[in-house]
Amino acid sequence: MRSQLFQQYQELITSYLNEKREDTLYAAQQMSKWMMEQKIPPEEMVSVHAEVLKEYLPDLPQEVGDSFNILLEMMIGYGIALRKHESLVHRQKELEYEIEVAVGMQQTLLPDHPPRMHGLDVGVISVPAHRMSGDYYNFVDHGYGSLGVALADIIGKGIPAALCMSMIKYAMDQLDHPTGGSTGVLERLNSVVERNVDVSMFITMVYGVYEREKHVFRYATAGHEPGFIFREKDNSFEDMRTRGLVLGVAKEITYEEFTVKLEPGDAVVLFSDGVTEARLEGEFLGRERFKDLVRAHMHLPVQEAVEAMYQNLYEKANYELKDDQTIMILRRSK
Amino acid sequence: MNLTIQEKTQSDTAITMVVSGEVDAYTAPQLREKLMPLTKQKQEVFLDLTTVEYMDSTGLGVLIGAYKSLRAQGGRLVLIGMSARLSRLLKITGLTEIIDIEDGA
Repeated sequence: MRSQLFQQYQELITSYLNEKREDTLYAAQQMSKWMMEQKIPPEEMVSVHAEVLKEYLPDLPQEVGDSFNILLEMMIGYGIALRKHESLVHRQKELEYEIEVAVGMQQTLLPDHPPRMHGLDVGVISVPAHRMSGDYYNFVDHGYGSLGVALADIIGKGIPAALCMSMIKYAMDQLDHPTGGSTGVLERLNSVVERNVDVSMFITMVYGVYEREKHVFRYATAGHEPGFIFREKDNSFEDMRTRGLVLGVAKEITYEEFTVKLEPGDAVVLFSDGVTEARLEGEFLGRERFKDLVRAHMHLPVQEAVEAMYQNLYEKANYELKDDQTIMILRRSK
Repeated sequence: MNLTIQEKTQSDTAITMVVSGEVDAYTAPQLREKLMPLTKQKQEVFLDLTTVEYMDSTGLGVLIGAYKSLRAQGGRLVLIGMSARLSRLLKITGLTEIIDIEDGA
């Protein structure tokens, strides 16, 4: 390797000193790339340069030759930095791979597709701002034509939020036969979260059960941004009533259940606060503008509607949404 | 926009801190570092939020952490001078029911 390096470098120097051609400089660049691939440190290069030069100019003044010793010492630090950089690049690739695996696992925590239920159309979209999401949603079959829906926002982003999400998912899976309705679910999740998460972490959640026979939606919220009820008959919205502390702050919390009746075409619109707090041209989207956005898409099937709404937000936010976005719509069939 | 946290008054058992600027995912750790030791040293921590321009949920997380830490030792956290936006955030999250809030001084 050393003799090959010496020979190639000697050819380069000789050719350049004799002819001063531009393409020799280009060849030097290529050679430098090759040397980095071969992990030849910069101090080695200085030493080769000195040897080549001494051969080319036998009368090279002693001082010039000796000065290369100083240059060589100077280059050692750069060589160390280069090796450190290479090891960091390698470590980063490993981390990227781990995150990629985690992203895939996180996807498996969410339902594959919204449930199909006679008499109710369900649409949902959830897009993380970065790689991992702090938003969570789930559907739970309550039997007897009743569907449970959960939408949660885990405060904090990235990996800690994702870990917390898996806890919520498994805690919900433990509630095999959810009894006690929406308030019972929130109360039990609260005690799990309160015992198991860091003090500055908390979770907002809305949990509701749609009863197909009675066309009612019974829900309770734990500090979650209130959703809306869309009324088909006059194309209007009602704010959902909410009351209740976020999950994970205090023990022994009780929640309150509210009930709304859906007429044909009416819809329950739930979302995470990343939606209303999206900054479009420097301003928050806000609840009123979000209502306009929903209204403009209610002529579509609900799944298409939520996807189009997200796309619209994404474009208006200049393709830069800083928080996770989740929108879920449950619409009674017309 | 930066965050500043300054001590206003202090006694053996209580301290009042003035928080100004934006509390978000980037600045919340600074607030946590200042606040958490105080919750272990004092009985009452007053936070004047009059000049907070923006607080997101990460900031709320810090307030909740301080509240829990104080409560664990029988102390209390008091928030002063909140903007309409911040009041709404605390109301939605149900925190107004457990954290003491006083009008701006």
